[in-house]
Amino acid sequence: MILAFLNLTWPTFASGLALGGVYALMAVGIGLVFGVLRLVNFAYGQLIMAGAFALAFGSQWGFPNWASILFCFGVVLALSVLMDWLVFRPLRGHSPAVMLVATFAVAFLLQNIALLAFGPLGKSAGALAILNAPWDIGGVFIKKIAVISVVTAAGCLLILQLLLTRTPLGLHMRAAAMDFRTARLLGVRANRVISGAVIISGLFAAVSAVMLSVQELTVVPTFGTQDTILVLAGVVLGGLTRPVAATLGGFSIGFANGILGGVLPADQSQYLPSLLFAMVIIVLLVRPDGLFTRGGSAVERV
Amino acid sequence: MTALAVEKLSVRYGAVEAVRGLSLEVKPGEIVGLIGPNGAGKSSTLHAIMGAAPVTGGEVRLNGRSLVGRRPEDVARRGVALVPEGRRIFGELTVDENLRLGLAARRARRNGHGLGRAYDLFPMLREFRSRQAGVLSGGQQQQLAIGRALVAEPDFLLLDEPSLGLAPKIVDVVFEALAKIRDAGLAVLLVEQRAQRTVALADRSHVLANGELRLTLGPQDAGDTDRLVAAYLA
Repeated sequence: MILAFLNLTWPTFASGLALGGVYALMAVGIGLVFGVLRLVNFAYGQLIMAGAFALAFGSQWGFPNWASILFCFGVVLALSVLMDWLVFRPLRGHSPAVMLVATFAVAFLLQNIALLAFGPLGKSAGALAILNAPWDIGGVFIKKIAVISVVTAAGCLLILQLLLTRTPLGLHMRAAAMDFRTARLLGVRANRVISGAVIISGLFAAVSAVMLSVQELTVVPTFGTQDTILVLAGVVLGGLTRPVAATLGGFSIGFANGILGGVLPADQSQYLPSLLFAMVIIVLLVRPDGLFTRGGSAVERV
Repeated sequence: MTALAVEKLSVRYGAVEAVRGLSLEVKPGEIVGLIGPNGAGKSSTLHAIMGAAPVTGGEVRLNGRSLVGRRPEDVARRGVALVPEGRRIFGELTVDENLRLGLAARRARRNGHGLGRAYDLFPMLREFRSRQAGVLSGGQQQQLAIGRALVAEPDFLLLDEPSLGLAPKIVDVVFEALAKIRDAGLAVLLVEQRAQRTVALADRSHVLANGELRLTLGPQDAGDTDRLVAAYLA
């Protein structure tokens, strides 16, 4: 009954899950790089923006959809690796504040390059918009993109989980996130681990770019920025140093965003970001260590 | 000639000179002890060998080739393994995962016996292989740290105070393991606070003070408490 009162319908619930899934991917992408570099990549949204522009240009140039998506992946990955080489690695070992400000700078630089190159009005988002059409699932009409987002996000997270727990590279990445210095002394190659994290993070940014751009009519230079800020809030909400908790935090804020976006009357949707951040502040006041962290860690033994 | 040689090594952290002109050598099948009071430069020497401390002078040579300026992971992959001070176990990973992490230093051409050697040396590890390493006792963690350093089959094993904070019974286990490791043909460089036991076990022991080599003792000096005390107070 309360659900009916809130105007919550199955399609709204589905878009909540879908946005939650995409935000979870973004949270993991940011979290992986934070794990090995102790760097919060504020420019993550600009990777997504670049991917969305790549998709839009692909459509404009008459690429088939698969080629546009491939182009998007290529652009995002190239930009990720470039960011790593030009900014992350030279700054490795500097204070977190220096690195955060540097990624801010990169974010605004990329945003302004997009502004100069593509203008403030942006481009029409491209041919994948047909995925906004609904599927009839047992009498309920759910947008195709919602189903695809949920399935893709779950698939990506599952593959990542297998990579982290079943392969040597995954083990090395987990160890590096816990204690990089000791991991290197054991022979874990720093460059390989960092490259691995940057590439997976870039792949997830590309997937997020595809999913997010379907739901937007136009791609503008600020595309993905607000999503990234929300995801960062979600990551902090979950607990930055705990990968699973950070992912859940990203999912939660995406889910809340999707649901509230669906139930808020259209003329009040401008309050949505304020509402979300108010919720984040309240949760952090109550649980400063994050929503999904357990109290206490392993005690050092003698 | 297989050997790890430190020649006139100097290590400096800012204004602090931690090691001054230290020379020593360790060869397969021998244990070299490095003893001395806190702050004598023992750990800094090990870190300098591993490429994890700033070398300001002198040389570190592995089989005649310089290691200075190499990254820690490259030194490890050349067959020099470090058991760090405080054990540095990954508490959230299982015993098995900690050991497999040691395989990161495995040299490409050699496959090695995998985890078998560590399990043979410390049977306890096999029993607890799927447990979280963080719940092990200190002594068990120390055995895990040594086992982890051995899985990649290094030629040189560096240990930084492996007996620190351990019960006497466990110290026996660790020292017996070191003797076995030497007998297997490895070269062991052992930094320790337990001077008497180290002098008794090692083929020779260097006493460090203020970053400088003060004295070298042989196993026959282990009973000579006066000489040991004098070396520390000198």
